[in-house]
Amino acid sequence: MIDFWAAALGLMLLMYVLLDGFDLGVGMLFGIAPHEAARRQMMRVIAPVWDGNETWLVLTATILFGAFPHVYALLLSAFYLPLLVMLAAIILRGVAFEFRYKSIGLRHVWDLGFAGGSVLIAFVQGAAIGALVQELPVRGGQYVGGAFGWFSPFAILCGLGLVFGYALLGAAWLCAKTEGEVRDLGYRYLPRLLAAVLVFLLLAFTYAIGLDLRVLHRWSERPAMMTFPAIGLAASTVLAVAIRRRYDGALYPMGMLIFGSAFGTLVASFLPYMVPFSVTIDQAAAPHASLAFLFWGAGVVVLPITLIYTAVVYRVFRGKIDPETNYL
Amino acid sequence: MAMDVTPLLLSRIQFAFTISFHIIFPAFTVGLAAWLAYLQGCSLILKAPVYDRLFSFWLRIFGIAFGLGVVSGIVMAFQFGTNWSELSRRAGPIQGPLLGYESFTAFAIEASFFGVLVLGRDRVTRGFYFFSSLMVCLGTTMSSFWIMVNNSWMQAPVGFVQGPDGVFVPTSWTAIIFSPVVWVRVPHMVLAAYVTTSFCIAATGAWYALRGMNKVEARAMLRMGLGLAAILVPAQLLFGHLTGDYVHKWQPTKFAAIEARWHDEQPASEVLIAWPDQKNERNRFTLSVPYLGSLIATSTLNSKEVGLTDWAPSDRPPVAIPFLAFRIMVGCGLLMLALAWSGSVLHALGRLERARWLLWSIFFSFPLGFIATLTGWFTAEVGRQPWTIYGQVRTARAATPFLTTPQVAASLIVFAVVYALIFVAGTIYIYRLLKAGAFPAPGHLGTETNPKRPLSVPGSSPGVDSAAGLAAAE
Repeated sequence: MIDFWAAALGLMLLMYVLLDGFDLGVGMLFGIAPHEAARRQMMRVIAPVWDGNETWLVLTATILFGAFPHVYALLLSAFYLPLLVMLAAIILRGVAFEFRYKSIGLRHVWDLGFAGGSVLIAFVQGAAIGALVQELPVRGGQYVGGAFGWFSPFAILCGLGLVFGYALLGAAWLCAKTEGEVRDLGYRYLPRLLAAVLVFLLLAFTYAIGLDLRVLHRWSERPAMMTFPAIGLAASTVLAVAIRRRYDGALYPMGMLIFGSAFGTLVASFLPYMVPFSVTIDQAAAPHASLAFLFWGAGVVVLPITLIYTAVVYRVFRGKIDPETNYL
Repeated sequence: MAMDVTPLLLSRIQFAFTISFHIIFPAFTVGLAAWLAYLQGCSLILKAPVYDRLFSFWLRIFGIAFGLGVVSGIVMAFQFGTNWSELSRRAGPIQGPLLGYESFTAFAIEASFFGVLVLGRDRVTRGFYFFSSLMVCLGTTMSSFWIMVNNSWMQAPVGFVQGPDGVFVPTSWTAIIFSPVVWVRVPHMVLAAYVTTSFCIAATGAWYALRGMNKVEARAMLRMGLGLAAILVPAQLLFGHLTGDYVHKWQPTKFAAIEARWHDEQPASEVLIAWPDQKNERNRFTLSVPYLGSLIATSTLNSKEVGLTDWAPSDRPPVAIPFLAFRIMVGCGLLMLALAWSGSVLHALGRLERARWLLWSIFFSFPLGFIATLTGWFTAEVGRQPWTIYGQVRTARAATPFLTTPQVAASLIVFAVVYALIFVAGTIYIYRLLKAGAFPAPGHLGTETNPKRPLSVPGSSPGVDSAAGLAAAE
């Protein structure tokens, strides 16, 4: 039961990163779109799905609450200020979808909220991952770091890394869903973003060696997990080729693969810990009665249905958007 | 009670502020989702174009309200962990799964099918489109259900044992979900949403009728809005009464606070109007009716009703807010009943459109449902104090232990500013859409503002197209 919910939590988080990742990325590129027509196309590409994508974040949070309340309480209170920034950004970004078209004088405010919000959300999430990799100050299962216990140069670096990573997914999505100018814009930025992501990974790795992080010892203890970075590297190579040859359909899947391998690397280095090196999955788990109640309803029935209708909605909106008929 | 500015006080203000803001939108969208599904069904079966036009129109309003509800709801999902981590740690094994079910069965469905509803009309069959509207309706209703199960457990905790570290371990999920409290409070909340929405619809109809525009739609909205309310408000009064019964049985201090009853009374009188004076344990400016208190509480004339002074001052809720909020709620309910019945009767007689005083009253009644919903929540939540989980966990012990005043103050200010910005903007945009009253022909949802197809803009004025067309299109 515990393993099931740990795995489900991982799946939800991965779904969130892959799905909201691209729409946050599109949101960032929205900020550098050359004109209103391009901005509208970008909005149209993500408008039908952003809400559903964000749901995976809520699912992650509530399953953490339900199945691992100890970790939920610990992490959410430890990241108080960064979460505040993220929530404010989510609000501004979310209302921008509706508000920018109804506004007469304030459109630039909502547009700024949309693009800026996208950057902030990605940055905060990356910084949180960085802080976890570097280990939060936890004593006896309680967070003891104060308001800025999560803050470190490494966290900032990871924040930037995820901004580039999501932007990469966003650009790949734009190339797959649009034609003409917006697609060209995606292709213009894709090589730079791929380079930025690779440089970030290199920097983060060097930095981790410099700090002698405990994560690294895991790597030498578990050499098998090096398959994940290897897959990531292969995917980056294929992505580079796809960008050069303009294979629209291959871009986003390769981006997914890069993210998936990074995710797999992190998970493999942390197991069996949930909060790295202080709270294990078993220690964090809710009583069996809670996990079982979640399992028989949400786990066996609703989670698969959720995955199915997420797929249905993506199928309804499949293919390139047609700027002529303004479907979206 | 010294009102020091503590992280606890600020966290409470923040929670009250964010949840009050949030509840406004579900109160509207739960009802609107049902209304939209109903219109879509009518349009499929009866095929009268007015249903489709009404659907397209209200879908835009729904879009704005839904967006605001979603983003403010995300804040709620995180706030338990950020500000109330001690509550989350202890009650997480019970509250977490309940809220987990909410996200899975409600949030996810709404969010996915809402996209189809607003943007996929030309991409799916009519049947699937109707199905999507049903799914959105189902999602919003399921959401209210789980939220009310969770809140009802905090009001009347059952089905648990306390483990080590004070952690609540569930022993019976059936007891938790099928608690009698739940099955009174869920309908009370859903009906509140339906009544709120039906008054917004009727008020919009009245508004157009007064301005002599959109005559067909105005008449339809008046008929359906008032008709629904005429049936729903009495049902709501019944469930309100049953809610009072559960409070009487499970939360005696809340009941005494609502009644501003300080001392035991037999037979008990009912305080109609007063100014409760917590410090001196008495009421000022009292207007009360003898026997009525016993009658309301137990349907007998001489039951003994307990007063607040039976409990230590530290175990009593603050009296003024539940007392006043409850009276405002009931007042709104009775006002709505009068309007719904008189409006429906005049409508049936075909005289409503000439009764301009009544149309004006209906027009100005649009906030009544929202006020009643909010004051109902104030009654329930403030009346629960000083407990977060009634009789089990004090609010003061539920907060995150290490939060500092500057941290919570900063977050409170950020939420206040952001919410004020989006609330004002959202209200203005909804007002503009309602004022414009542009009912597009079905099937033109997404195309009317396309500059390359100017002919597909049926009768929209320049001011309307940015407001109305793109609203639905994007």
